[in-house]
Amino acid sequence: MLGFISRSFACAFASIFALWGLASAQDVPPYNPVTAERLLNPEADNWLMYRGTYDSHGYSALDQIDSGNVAELELVWSFTTGLREGHQAPPVVNDGYMYVTTPQNHVLALNAVTGELLWRYVRFLPDDLQQMHPTNRGVALYGERVYMATVDAYLVSLDALTGETIWEVPVEDYYNGYYMTLAPLAADGKIMVGVSGGEWGIRGFVSAYDAMTGEEVWKTYTIPAPGEPGSESWPGDSWQTGGVPVWITGSYDPELNLTYWGTGNGGPWTGDTRPGDNLYATSVIALDAATGELRAHHQYHWNDSWDWDEVSAPLLIDFEREGREISGLVHPGRNGYLWFLERGADSIGFVDAGPYVYQDVFTGIDPVTGRPEYDMSRKPGIDFEVDFCPSLWGGKDWPPAAFNPESRLLFIPANENACSTMAGEEVQYSPGRTFIGRGQSDNGGFFLREGAEHLGELQAWNVDTGEEVWTTTFASHNWGPVLATAGNLVFMGGTNDRYFRAFDASTGEILWRYPTSSGITGVPTAFAVDGRQYIAVQSGWGVDAQRQQNMIDMVRGTDFHVPQGGSVWVFALPE
Amino acid sequence: MQPVTEKSSKTDREKFSRRSMLGLVGGMVAAPRLLAQPPNRMRPQAGDELVFDEGPLQGEVVRPGLLELNARPISAMARDPATGVVRNGSRLNRVMLTRIEAQRLTPRFQPNAADGIVAYSAVCTHTGCDVFNWDEDQLRMACPCHESQFDIYDGGRVVGGPAPRPLAMLPLEIVDDTVRVAGPFRGRVGFQQAF
Repeated sequence: MLGFISRSFACAFASIFALWGLASAQDVPPYNPVTAERLLNPEADNWLMYRGTYDSHGYSALDQIDSGNVAELELVWSFTTGLREGHQAPPVVNDGYMYVTTPQNHVLALNAVTGELLWRYVRFLPDDLQQMHPTNRGVALYGERVYMATVDAYLVSLDALTGETIWEVPVEDYYNGYYMTLAPLAADGKIMVGVSGGEWGIRGFVSAYDAMTGEEVWKTYTIPAPGEPGSESWPGDSWQTGGVPVWITGSYDPELNLTYWGTGNGGPWTGDTRPGDNLYATSVIALDAATGELRAHHQYHWNDSWDWDEVSAPLLIDFEREGREISGLVHPGRNGYLWFLERGADSIGFVDAGPYVYQDVFTGIDPVTGRPEYDMSRKPGIDFEVDFCPSLWGGKDWPPAAFNPESRLLFIPANENACSTMAGEEVQYSPGRTFIGRGQSDNGGFFLREGAEHLGELQAWNVDTGEEVWTTTFASHNWGPVLATAGNLVFMGGTNDRYFRAFDASTGEILWRYPTSSGITGVPTAFAVDGRQYIAVQSGWGVDAQRQQNMIDMVRGTDFHVPQGGSVWVFALPE
Repeated sequence: MQPVTEKSSKTDREKFSRRSMLGLVGGMVAAPRLLAQPPNRMRPQAGDELVFDEGPLQGEVVRPGLLELNARPISAMARDPATGVVRNGSRLNRVMLTRIEAQRLTPRFQPNAADGIVAYSAVCTHTGCDVFNWDEDQLRMACPCHESQFDIYDGGRVVGGPAPRPLAMLPLEIVDDTVRVAGPFRGRVGFQQAF
């Protein structure tokens, strides 16, 4: 199937790919197709998807590198991407082939052992594109193909060996504010994506495409149309421009054949512009992988007014509560609460929730439904400016948490002591224009709690007791995705000092660190080739990590420079 | 629970576009054909009028008396006075207009202003967002995406945030009590991919 183009001839030219180099067969083995079976049970040596496994644990069973020897970890190779801004994608590895994506939608295929470039896909983006989030969070693998969702709202299918474009399909029209930054989810023979654009008055959705042909199989909106269940939670025509984007890869439960997606906030930002609960904003939604049918949902908080997207997909974790085994969903929310839910074929039940950072908005949680009550003096509205904590970036933004199923510990990359000031202002919808409706506040609407001695945290929680086990703090804010490994280790960057760190998973002690060339907001991964374990990550500071740094500088009167420019880093023990 | 699901179907536009693409590929193989740029996509041309692109005066021709000193910049598009075509086929054509104190404008940019009225590209040089925010205390245009700030008294110079270059300036003149485009953008419009 040839690619087809939605907007114009100019766009057709803009999406012609370029190949840099060709696969050199002498160094890499024949390509091992990524079958549905392999995706269900990935080998420990490989990292085949965004979080490694469908349950989004971000966990590797490899244990050659462990808390006893990690201090010896050394650089094997690095590779400069040549691009600026936020490099957030995981190095995805399939039997020696590594795939990373970059801002501006490049895909790099690398020899995972040597760092040799096999091919490079370069997407020439339209020159009238606007990018609030210049980043990409990685590829999906399926069969002998590589899939990427693009910032001009296309889904691209590439040949895994050559990088040639097999097809590309428009998911929506970038000109109206739709874009994509998430890694696609390959499941049930389909490639699933969600759309960004919550700041542009989009109507969010998740859509699925036949992995081979690119034909759209289903499309499920995150905002119901009039007459559909939940539509009563949106007044008037607000459902058409209500946002609720989906910009992080979903989890997948193959037994229920359900995919679980986190959804963003409604738009404009302050909820008084759209009175009602605004289903299915700031929720987890369970979509049938075969049909897209919305089978269940749980809304973490109603009528969001704080820009607290709850887009991180919940981790599928079976945990204990008072002697009962619960098939669960666990979500450290941007709203600062850690949520424990129960998943079923047609239901998502509330188990319990509590704050993992300082949170001054919720005054209580209904013990049965999980619905929070608000301190209305901390809920911003049109011309009603309030302070609230955590900040609009939340207790945890998009960087994914990780879970070690052996130790039962959940690792949360958190930010403490950061708060926001916000007021709404009237805004008119116009296609392709920002539709935020936030008024001007002092210091950019950001402040630090009095006496704040640190910002970033890495927290460890026991999912069975619901108790915090340890917390390691950082002076810097933290935008580090987390990797947990069977070697009793946790890996994370995220701070403005450019360090990539290994932590003792039992204590939080920093056992090793390496200063990369930029700050790390990339998702770390683990893989092995020929019996040798590697740890891989991209550095490349930008997007909201940089934006928050600007805010911190503003309130502290500092000018802290974090160098930009992306690189892939691969570490291992000495041979 | 009922689904919020739509069955997949290609729109007519997509079907048409696919045919267009196939035609394009064929054309590239056979005989490349230059496509004339539609007039509404052309960048503002010398002699164009400007029309307001937002607010209560949307669609009206910009006249000097309608712009207040140091007011929040308002977006505008060029219009061919001969044909009436508004050049709104590309968001790269959008400018932000306001009136400043003419004598305070950095001298080398003064030829681009007309009676203190200045026009800057609305497109941020960082990642291409619309520079719609306004810092009324410091008289700076600001981008809602990454907080880049631009000095309207100094040719759109970057005074904050990650933008790498000034905003492009659109030279203006006043003809028959209307604000007109005096020449092409000074500077590159939009952002540039770094690779």
